[in-house]
Amino acid sequence: MIVLSSDNIRIAKELDMVLFRNRLKEYAVKIGMGLVNQTKLITAASELSRNMLRYAGEGTALIEIVNGQRQNGVRVTFSDKGPGISNIEQAMKDGFSTGKSLGLGLPGAKRLVSEFDIKSTVGKGTTITITKWKNG
Amino acid sequence: MKLDTAKILQKRKKQILELWMKNQLVDFSLREDLMSNEELTVQSEELVDVLLQALSDVNLDDIHSIALTPVHEALEGISISRAKQGYSPRETGTFVFSLKDALLSILQQEIKNDPVQLLEESLKISKLIDSLGIVTFETFIKGREEVILRQTDEIAEISTPVIRVWDGVVAMPIIGTLDSARTQVVMESLLQEIVDTSSNIAILDISGVPAVDSLVAQHLIKTVSATRLMGAECIISGIRPEIAQTIVHLGIDLSGIITKATLASALRHAYSLLQLEVRKSAVK
Repeated sequence: MIVLSSDNIRIAKELDMVLFRNRLKEYAVKIGMGLVNQTKLITAASELSRNMLRYAGEGTALIEIVNGQRQNGVRVTFSDKGPGISNIEQAMKDGFSTGKSLGLGLPGAKRLVSEFDIKSTVGKGTTITITKWKNG
Repeated sequence: MKLDTAKILQKRKKQILELWMKNQLVDFSLREDLMSNEELTVQSEELVDVLLQALSDVNLDDIHSIALTPVHEALEGISISRAKQGYSPRETGTFVFSLKDALLSILQQEIKNDPVQLLEESLKISKLIDSLGIVTFETFIKGREEVILRQTDEIAEISTPVIRVWDGVVAMPIIGTLDSARTQVVMESLLQEIVDTSSNIAILDISGVPAVDSLVAQHLIKTVSATRLMGAECIISGIRPEIAQTIVHLGIDLSGIITKATLASALRHAYSLLQLEVRKSAVK
C-alpha cells in the first residue's frame, strides 16, 4: 500500500470531531468516493473517534490517502493512550457496551468499512485502523 | 559595585516615557484613527508607572513573581480595550515590545562602563518584556474565545426552531451535528411546544444532520420515546438514501419508529393520522 498524503488530527473535545469529520470528507471527495461510501466512512470514523473521546479522554486520528487493490482509498488510524479493551471479542459483539450506549459502535464501524484492524493493550491504549476503498 | 537596575530605571522614568512615546509616534503602524496621541500617552504612562513600581519590589530574575500581577492586570486591561477598539494583535504586541527599546537604550546610557553587567541586565529586561508581550496575546485570544463560546451557545439556541405546520402538528428541522447538549435543547423545546400547542404529532426532520451514527440514533430514539410518553406520535423525516444504508450497516433498529424520506411525506402521514385529506379545489 502506498501512502499518497496524510493529515494528523488531535481529538480532545467534541468540537474537534466536527473538524475531523469535515477534513475526512475533504479527503474522501478528493479521491472521488461516492456519496454512500463517504457517508459510511464518516459514520464509522465518527463512531470510533467518539469512543476514543469517551473512554480514553483524547487521542489522535491520522487520515491517509492510500493506494492498493488497484484503487485509491482513505485509511484512518485512531490511536489513544486510554485504558484499553480487555476483551476485544466481546467488544466486537453487537449490543455490548460498558457505557450505556447502543453497543453498535465497534461492530457497526467494522461493517461500514472495507478493512478493520484493532489492537489494544489494557492500560496502554488502543489503536484502530480502518480503510475504505473508493469502490468497496 | 553592583548597580540597581530598578532604581536606575525609576530615576529615568521621564526619559523612558519620552523615548517610548517617540518610538511609538514614528512607527508607521501608529493608529491615529483609533486613538489620539494624548490617549496613547496616558495609556503608556500608566503602563510604565505600574511596571517601574513593580520592578522596585521584585527580583528581575523572576518573571513569574506575584509582584508583577498589577503589571499583568494593567496590560490585560489595555489589551482588551485595544482589541475592542479594533487594534490587531500585532499592533498591541508592537506597542509592548517598543517599550523594550526605550528601556534598553536608557540602560545603555546608564551602564556605559560595564559591558558584562549591561548585557546581563539587558537580557533580564528583554525576558521580562517578552513575557509581557505573551500576556497581551493570551488576553487577546481569551477575548476571542469568549466570543466564540457565546456564538456557539447562540447557534444552539437559534438552530432549533419548532414550527407549527398544522393544527396539532409541530415540526422541528434539525440542522448540524446532533450531540448530547444539542439533543437536550431539541428535546426540551419540542416537548414544551407539544404541551403549548396541544399537538399530537411531532415531525423531526434530520435532512440537515450530516451523519447519523449510533449516538445520534440513540438520541433520536430517546426523543421519540419521550414524545410518545407525552401522548404524541413522533415521525422522523429527512432520511437520505446514504443515511438509510449507513443505519442498516451499523445495525441500528429504527423499525419501531415511523420514518419518512421527506418532510412532505411525513406531513402526508400526519394528515392521514388526523384523518384529513388534501384535495385540489373544484374549478369554479
